[in-house]
Amino acid sequence: MNWDVMWDSLPELAEGALLTIELVAISGVLGLALAVPLALARVARPLWLRAGPFAYIFVFRGTPLLIQIFLVYYGASQFETVRESFLWPILREAYWCAIIAFTLNTAAYTAEILRGAIQAVPEGEVEAAKAIGMGRWMRLRRVVLPRAFRIALPAYSNEVILMLKGSALASTITLLDLTGVARTLIAKTYMPIELFLAAGLFYLLITGIILQGFRLVEKRVHGVGE
Amino acid sequence: MTAALEVEGLHKRFGELEVLKGVDLTAASGDVIAVIGGSGSGKSTLLRCINLLELPNAGAIRVDGEELRLTPQRDGSLYPEDRHQITRLRAQLGFVFQNFNLWPHMPIIRNITEGPIYVLGLSKEKATARAEDVLAKVGLADKRDAWPNQLSGGQQQRAAIARALAMEPRVMLFDEPTSALDPELVGEVLGVMRNLAEEGRTMVIVTHEMRFARDVCSEVVFLDSGQVEERGAPGQVFTNPSSARLRQFLSSYLEVPAARDAAEA
Repeated sequence: MNWDVMWDSLPELAEGALLTIELVAISGVLGLALAVPLALARVARPLWLRAGPFAYIFVFRGTPLLIQIFLVYYGASQFETVRESFLWPILREAYWCAIIAFTLNTAAYTAEILRGAIQAVPEGEVEAAKAIGMGRWMRLRRVVLPRAFRIALPAYSNEVILMLKGSALASTITLLDLTGVARTLIAKTYMPIELFLAAGLFYLLITGIILQGFRLVEKRVHGVGE
Repeated sequence: MTAALEVEGLHKRFGELEVLKGVDLTAASGDVIAVIGGSGSGKSTLLRCINLLELPNAGAIRVDGEELRLTPQRDGSLYPEDRHQITRLRAQLGFVFQNFNLWPHMPIIRNITEGPIYVLGLSKEKATARAEDVLAKVGLADKRDAWPNQLSGGQQQRAAIARALAMEPRVMLFDEPTSALDPELVGEVLGVMRNLAEEGRTMVIVTHEMRFARDVCSEVVFLDSGQVEERGAPGQVFTNPSSARLRQFLSSYLEVPAARDAAEA
């Protein structure tokens, strides 16, 4: 075990870790924003409203993230119209391709978590909102969604951690995230064990921070249990 | 004078099962009406139909003379024509649930200000002042910042009554408000309800508390398999029931001392 290599690689790995955190944070926020309307449509009564989100969630949960990334990164450039469109400056960047793929992927999982949480809000609490004279949107905004977010919190923290580890796939499309930096350094030094170990420790550290963050949020909001 | 609440010919079916077979109910201002009946008699359904938590299949509902506009659906249930009318009328009908149904993600004070602020459009200051008033009225002034799960069942139910009161409703509907409570907590909730009755509030109460029905209510309605089997002043209904079904129903309460009092009074 060459401890010096591990030690010397820390600054570069830290930089990679920053990109990893950035990718997870941006796609996490965008994915959550996308997941809310998806989940609402998913629990709607009319079939035409439910069908789209159902298909979307089915596809993105049913295929590997790696394939989704490749399809966005390599697939989009196959089309002349895409290359000539205003989207090209975005779609030719590996960075944005990764963000798009991660966002779409996590949105599907998060929407499903939220759907379960929305359906788990006790019917009596919704009836209390009806009985006091709240309309449908008001009930959603004041009672159903706030309750659902609290119910979803433990499952959602799990999704964020899975997304963190899934983000290692960004390295397959040239990005120098934590895993990408580790692989580059390995190519230079031929010391895979040391570098993967160091990268793994970074992932553990980030996971610990995420878990601690969720623990704080769960402590702050009441009504998580009953 | 227009009645505060008028229900006419209310029918409700769940699939093949006809739960309400044409029920009439009129509450003049200040009336306190007890609805009693066995399990499955339709008394809770009646209450839930009045503010459309269940959609009736036929019948008319009027609050303060304003008729709720309902149109028949394909499946035979009546559907509200106008969502705004529904929410407005619901705001005038305070509803107290068997299981309290407080919102656990808000402290008590916000449970109570929620309706006045977001439904009635009161300012936060006004709503808070009103909430503190009603909390004092139900004896929970010191619990304003507590969370629902920190309260006992009796306290939760009193908070739920305060939540309904804060809307200043025309009529209060109580759906077995003490049935989910431990026996020693029933009294505090009935006490609050008795005070409301003495203030002259119009109330319709589905209950199994026969002594309360006798002492506090102005009218007792006995519901049996979806129909009003007997109605009248509590003295007459409890001491001199004319229907055999009611006599049978009341005799089942004779095990309970409180009900025996009611029947013998």
